[in-house]
Amino acid sequence: MADLRVNIAGVEFKNPVIAASGTYGFGECYTDLYPLSKLGGISCKGSTIEPKDGNPPSRIAETPSGILNSIGLQNPGIKAFINYYLPTLLKSDTAVIANVAGATLDDYAKACELLDQTDVHMIELNISCPNVKQGGAAWGISCDGAAAVTRAVRKATKKPLMVKLTPNVTDISEIAKAVEAEGADCVSVINTLLGMKIDINTRRPILHNNVGGLSGPAVFPVALRMVWQVARAVKIPVVGMGGISKAEDAIEMFLAGASALQMGTAIFTDPYSPLKVIDGIEEFMDNNGIRNISEMVGQVKPW
Amino acid sequence: MYFCDKYRIVEKKAIASDIYSYIIKCPEVAGIVQSGQFVNISASGHTLRRPISVCDFDRENGLIRIVFEIRGEGTREISRLREGDYIDMIAPLGRGFSFLDDAKHVALIGGGIGVPPLLSIAKHYGEKAQAVLGFKSFDKVILANDFAEYGADVTICTDDGSSGFKGNVLPCFENVLNNEKLDIIYVCGPLPMIRAISEIAEQKAIPCQVSLEERMGCGVGACIACVCKVKRRDKEMFVRVCKDGPVFNSKEVIF
Repeated sequence: MADLRVNIAGVEFKNPVIAASGTYGFGECYTDLYPLSKLGGISCKGSTIEPKDGNPPSRIAETPSGILNSIGLQNPGIKAFINYYLPTLLKSDTAVIANVAGATLDDYAKACELLDQTDVHMIELNISCPNVKQGGAAWGISCDGAAAVTRAVRKATKKPLMVKLTPNVTDISEIAKAVEAEGADCVSVINTLLGMKIDINTRRPILHNNVGGLSGPAVFPVALRMVWQVARAVKIPVVGMGGISKAEDAIEMFLAGASALQMGTAIFTDPYSPLKVIDGIEEFMDNNGIRNISEMVGQVKPW
Repeated sequence: MYFCDKYRIVEKKAIASDIYSYIIKCPEVAGIVQSGQFVNISASGHTLRRPISVCDFDRENGLIRIVFEIRGEGTREISRLREGDYIDMIAPLGRGFSFLDDAKHVALIGGGIGVPPLLSIAKHYGEKAQAVLGFKSFDKVILANDFAEYGADVTICTDDGSSGFKGNVLPCFENVLNNEKLDIIYVCGPLPMIRAISEIAEQKAIPCQVSLEERMGCGVGACIACVCKVKRRDKEMFVRVCKDGPVFNSKEVIF
């Protein structure tokens, strides 16, 4: 029998599939179908120190094998997350990751100080949101920026820290090394790729923000390549994400170097897809005599 | 409460140009669905599901009816399903219309593919309902007989005058307004139409419920993609069309 448990930065996940931030709310939206306890973990909707309205609609567009989104981090603020959503989440028998975004270093540090006082299991730093004018990916696109946020937050909390990296850079492994050097416990790779879609009749971009983040199966090969590059560059665990929709994708991610996974867009297509991926991973492991996920991690044999 | 499963299409009909009616056997959904709620349908080969409003339902026989128009590749894919095929849907979703217990006269104002969600309201109110339904042209007219069979007084308008009155629904609606003391108005259709009816409702202080549309992601409230702006407790905010709507009180919507 395969053991699906993984340990990332001291946090135990009962299986390696985590719902990705921004696609699963605060865990309350899919419980009609199955309990949160089926998932390895949930990365909650990105929260900022103050509530945020987000971008005007339209905020989403379908593209070949994927979607573009520009939500703009609409959220009720970190205090609402802590007081209203977190207590229920912590009773749901799954690993709970708070996702934190901000415009300034101070925003990030303050939000993480507040989370440090809670029982949340892990903090994911969003330094890669392509849809907000201030902060967001502005921090994540340079080694100095990424390092500065990680440093500021590292002082504010002892919680396990995952830094979510943007693919919209020249060399993602350099950014990964920069956050590792400042004390990040793990990295999640990748956030969305910046894209665009235009309505040819109105000549208007579909997204009111003009551009937005591309996700879904279309980005999977890019995500896989970046996970591979980052995993070879750093010693901390890599959580792979970007277009995973089936168990085969998950196995590829492990082989490329991911120790755990996040799934997002696939849930919109099929809300049961995370459970199908978990079952498929187990089946693959059983069929191939693999006992632990770690036996697959980074085991690709490059030419 | 909602479900996500594959359900059998027991009847498929082409009811107008590029417009289809499906009757779907789904007892668990039919048992709890409310007027104005929607279903989110998987379209083969597409990442996002397509939200389609529930047109009618039959709790006793476990059936729901949807009516949709081919608008793009996704809805075209859904239109290729045949009688006897299974349709993959998440349902029922959203907040639907609410009914007034003591209403004597209600108006149902629909435009184009905004007409179907109003049918189950007509069923509820029977002869108390006056339906003003607008379409582009005669080949797009749908459900007129269905509204009449439920007892509603039906007025048809078309942009080109090829069926019923020529022009949009507004003159006919104002006619209804002048003849009856309306207790409530229900609207679904293009945004300019919804906006115009809402303004009149506000001036005349008649309650008005509107069903809105927006590009949707998950359909269950998780992704916050499909928002509209409302004013609540003196504060403007974006709320989710899929979860907080699609039906809203017109007074709170900022168009």
